[in-house]
Formats: sequence, structure tokens, C-alpha cells
Amino acid sequence: MMESAFVTVLIAMLGGAIRVSTPFMFVGLGECLTEKSGRINLGLEGNLVLGAMVAYAVSYLSGNPWVGVLAAGGSGLVLGALHGYICKLPKVNDIAVGIAIMSFGTGTAFFFGKPFIQPTAPRLDAIHLGDWTGNAALAQALQVNPLFFVGIILAVAMSWAFANTRWGLIVRMTGDSAASARAMGVSVDLVRFLTTAAGGFLAGVGGAFLSLYYPGSWNQGLSSGQGLMAVALVIFARWDPIRCIWAALLFGAAGAIGPSLQSIGISQGYYFFNAAPYILTLFIMIASARSKGAAREVPGELSITK
Amino acid sequence: MTVQTAGPAYVTRAPNVRSLKLAESFFIPIAALVVSALLFSVFLLIIGKSPVDFFALVWTGGFGSSFSFQNTLQRSAPLVLTGLAFAVPARIGLTIIGGEGALVLGGFAAAAVAIPLVTNGVPPFLTLPLMAIAAMATGGFWIGLAGWLRHYRGVNETISSLLLSYIAIAIMNFFVEGALRDPASANKPSTMPIGDAYRVGAMPFTDVHWGLGAGVLLAIVLYILMSRTTFGFAARMTGGNPRAALAQGLPVGFLVVTCCVIAGACAGLGGFFEVAAIHGQANASLVAGYGFTGILVAFLARHNPLAVVPVAILFGAIAAAGGLVQRRMGMPDATVLVLQGIIFVVLLTSETMYGRLKFFQPGTGADRT
Repeated sequence: MMESAFVTVLIAMLGGAIRVSTPFMFVGLGECLTEKSGRINLGLEGNLVLGAMVAYAVSYLSGNPWVGVLAAGGSGLVLGALHGYICKLPKVNDIAVGIAIMSFGTGTAFFFGKPFIQPTAPRLDAIHLGDWTGNAALAQALQVNPLFFVGIILAVAMSWAFANTRWGLIVRMTGDSAASARAMGVSVDLVRFLTTAAGGFLAGVGGAFLSLYYPGSWNQGLSSGQGLMAVALVIFARWDPIRCIWAALLFGAAGAIGPSLQSIGISQGYYFFNAAPYILTLFIMIASARSKGAAREVPGELSITK
Repeated sequence: MTVQTAGPAYVTRAPNVRSLKLAESFFIPIAALVVSALLFSVFLLIIGKSPVDFFALVWTGGFGSSFSFQNTLQRSAPLVLTGLAFAVPARIGLTIIGGEGALVLGGFAAAAVAIPLVTNGVPPFLTLPLMAIAAMATGGFWIGLAGWLRHYRGVNETISSLLLSYIAIAIMNFFVEGALRDPASANKPSTMPIGDAYRVGAMPFTDVHWGLGAGVLLAIVLYILMSRTTFGFAARMTGGNPRAALAQGLPVGFLVVTCCVIAGACAGLGGFFEVAAIHGQANASLVAGYGFTGILVAFLARHNPLAVVPVAILFGAIAAAGGLVQRRMGMPDATVLVLQGIIFVVLLTSETMYGRLKFFQPGTGADRT
């Protein structure tokens, strides 16, 4: 009896981690790209919420959820570009601009999203990976959205590109030392503008997952701060795209512990599991703050590490 | 601990330079507000609404009658306190964005302290100060922790205060849904209501609760502290150049932690008033984004505690007008959020104009001694 309850929780957590982690993955990869170039974007929450609204609206109007995903990315791109453009002006505080963009993005999403709370839009289909097991719970847990795999492929591609391509080198150099980048004839502002815009695109796609797959509808309380958490996630992953995937899975699993414990009747204390990623990140920051090894992984130009 | 200041360390400025700087710091934010209003008017014209009607309604809904003005003031009370919570550490060079968490945790502490006191019939004049002290101490500890980590462990205060915010919200949820849950609160888990006898009342001649009065008083006290005392001077010097401050023998760690404790106490007090004057209990309604709006209030106020008050009232008015705009113009209540967002973005962009407008620059290099 005890064992089967344990298995139930584990399976529910696995399914939950896969479902919950995808938006974390996209905002995390987006933030990672932006921070690699030496800029921080605290406004990805705005991109996420606006992306969720745009994806739902476009999917409803066009009848094709994948068009919605692209449109969500586009809306994220616009917000990211706005952030990137404003931050390149002198004397502007990038952290405060991030909060302002968050406020602007969520406000705009709520404004235009009002008529789309009621109707049902076509949603993204899942890939059924677990049907062969014959176990209903496992089969349900292994219904994986294609965006999950897109995220993993993207992380591998980013990791490879950072290490092996000219563009990857330029982004890393801009992030580590703006002076050297300038000496090499690279436009620091342009690189950061592009990475911020691209990061915003990814966060918008993450929002599309929220409204088109899980939870799978549009309302004003859709996001539970995944966008704000992106910054913590990237610190947790020490600016490495592959580790961003693991961090997203871990954050997702922590979020899934509560509901899975509830499925076997334990409802106490799940807020502490929800807070676990934050507590862990804080401890990682404390442990790595004065360590030389950790300092090597941090983009040198990043304002939050100075 | 005494704060030592060195005589010749500051720069002497001609009076006209100072007044030019002051004029600049009035002109640029006001110009930013005008530009935001124009941008929002364009937005309204695109969606086919009249900007004139809209701003007339914002005026009516925010300041038009004594009822609407009191509504405005009511909404601005927490913004004054969270604005101060960002502005004070900003003077010492810290970007603390955890006001939200300090407010939530402070409000929760106030409600938690109230439970045994109210049950045992301790009179309100003892209970309310104890609640306020609990709120300020908790908030102060929470942000003080971010300051301590910053100075003694080298942990970035922006991110740590953001993380601490989430931990604070989780702590409140944990207790509100568990040990301290009032069984009568079915749909929205809450702590036990403190009861009407224990509510913080309105200030004389108004319907506005004392939170605004406390905010204004604190703003004045903190203005004097930061601008007219040795503590404030040392703090601002640390903000300007931490290394020079250390070299001068200033107690930088003490200054950093104290400023953070003050900030957290302000936000915590905001939480106290939300509980004791508005909600009567602690629940998820405390997480209303006041902490984040306060950051932008502080930016518009140029981190000047006195200026935080009128700016908070302005944003209180915009929020108060939301309902009226929704009813009269048939637009979603999120309209005012769009306006707020535009103001924030334009305002922060306008920071780049400081020192660039020829009109406000002194003709000679007199300020560079």
C-alpha cells in the first residue's frame, strides 16, 4: 500500500515536472541568452503573460495553435526589443526598466485579453509517449508537448553555439568584457539588443505553452511568476543552457510535489516545496558569491554580479 | 556607533548649480508624464476612444469629489510606504526590489500577533502598537537580511531580495493555509479576523485610514534623516563611492544594514495597515503588487522621500479611476494598467536625459572642483 502510494506520487511528479517545466525552460533559456551578453532582463514575466494572451487570441482567431505560438514569440520579441533599446541608453537602470516592462506587458495583456477569457481556442496536441506501457497513470504522465523537445533541442544548440561558433564567441565576449568586444570591432549595443530581443521571443513562446497546453486557457491569474523566476533559474544553472534544462525540470518538479502529494491525500506544507527553488537559489548565491571557481562562470559585465 | 565625517571631502557648489539641478529634476519627470499621456492618447485614438473623455474621467475618478479623492488617498497609503522602502536603500546605492515580500510578511506578522491578543481581550490601544511593531520588526529583519548578505557575503541584493520576497509569500501561504487558518474562511484561506473593535480608524475629518498619515510622517522623518544628518550624509557618501567611504573609516556595513532595516520596516508597516485598516486579516490579498509599484514610485520621486508622497498619490489616483473608466467608457479595468505601464517605461527612459539638456547645465565647469 505504502509502496503504491509512493509510486503514484513519483509518477504524478514526473508528469508534473515535464508539464510545469516547459515554460521555465523557455524563460530560462531566453534569460540565459540575454545574460550571456552581459545584460539582465527582469521583465520576462511581462513577455510571458503577453505571449500567453497573444497565443490564445491568435490560436482562437486563426484556428491553428502553432500560428499562436509564433505570434506569442513575436509579441515577446517586440517587448524584448523595447527593453534592449531602452537599456542601451546611458544612465538607464536595467533592473527598473525590466520591472516597468513587466508592468506594461501584463497591463497590455489584460487589456486586450479581456474578450478572450470566455471562448475556447484550439490547443496544442501532446505526443503520447507512454501508451505502450499499458499503465494509465504512466501513459498520462508521458503525454509530452512538442515544445518540451523544442526546448531541449534549443538548449543543446545554444550550448554548442556558445562554444563553437563565431556568434557564440561574440555573445560571450560581449558579456565578459565590453571593452574587448569594442576593441574587436563588435558593436556591444547591437549584440545586447539582439540577444535581449531573442530572449524576449523565447519567453513569449513559454507563455504560449501556458495558455495553449498547460493549464491551457487564458485568464489573468495564469502565470504564477515563472517569468520573474527566470532570473533565479539562470543563476541556479550558472549561465549554462544545458543546466537550465535540469534547473527547469527541478523547479517544475518542486512545483509538482504539492499537487502530487494531494493526489494521495497529503495537503499540508506544499507551499514550502513551492518555495524550495528560491531557497536553493539563495543558498547557491551565498555559497558562490565569493568563490573564484563560480566567478569564472558568471558573465563579467552582468550588473547583478558586481 | 558614531559616524565620522571628514571636513573637506564634499564638493562646494554654487547656488545656481543647485537650483538648476532642482529645476532639472522637476522638469524631466513632468515632461515624461506629458509624453506618456500623449502616447496613451495615441493608443486610445487607435482603439477608437476619446483621450479627452479618458483624462477627464481620471481627473473625476481620482480628484473630482471628496469621495474619489479619499479613495485615491486610501490607495496611495501603501505606495508611499513601499516607495520609501525602495528610495532609502537607493540612496546608499542598493537596488532592493523585495518590498513586496516585506509588506506581505509584515502584514502576516501583524495578523499572527493579533490572534492571541484579540482572543485574550487585550485592549486595542495595546494590541495595535504591538501589531505594528511586529510588522516593522519582521519587515526590517527581512530586508535587513538582504543588506547583511550584500555587505558581509557579497550576495547581490537585488536578486536576494527578490528571492526573499517569494520565500516570504510562501511562508505566509504556509501558515494561512495551515496552522493559523481560520476554519470559517472557506474559499479564501485567511487568518482569524481581528474584528471591528481592533481596526485602525480613519484620520480626523476624513475616511482615509492612518496609514497615509504614518507614511507622510515617515517620509518627512526619513527626508530629514537622509538629507540633514550625519547618518544621511555618510549613507549618501557610501552610495556615491563605497570605497572612498570605507577609506574614510565610515561604518559601511552598519550603514548598509540600517538603511535596509529602515526600508523593510516601512514596507512591513504598509503590511500592518493593509491588515489592520483594510482586510482585517492576512490572506492572499496582501500580494497585490504594491511592492513593485513602489519601486517605480521611488524612481519617479528621484529617491527623495518627500517627493514619494505626491507621486504615490498620483498613482493612487490612476488606480482609483480604473473603476470609473470601466463603467463610463466601456473599457476593461486593465486600461489604467496600460497607462501605468506606459508611464513607467517612458519615465525610466527619461533618466537618460539628465545632464543632456543644455538649458539645465551650468555654463562653466564650476561644479567640478
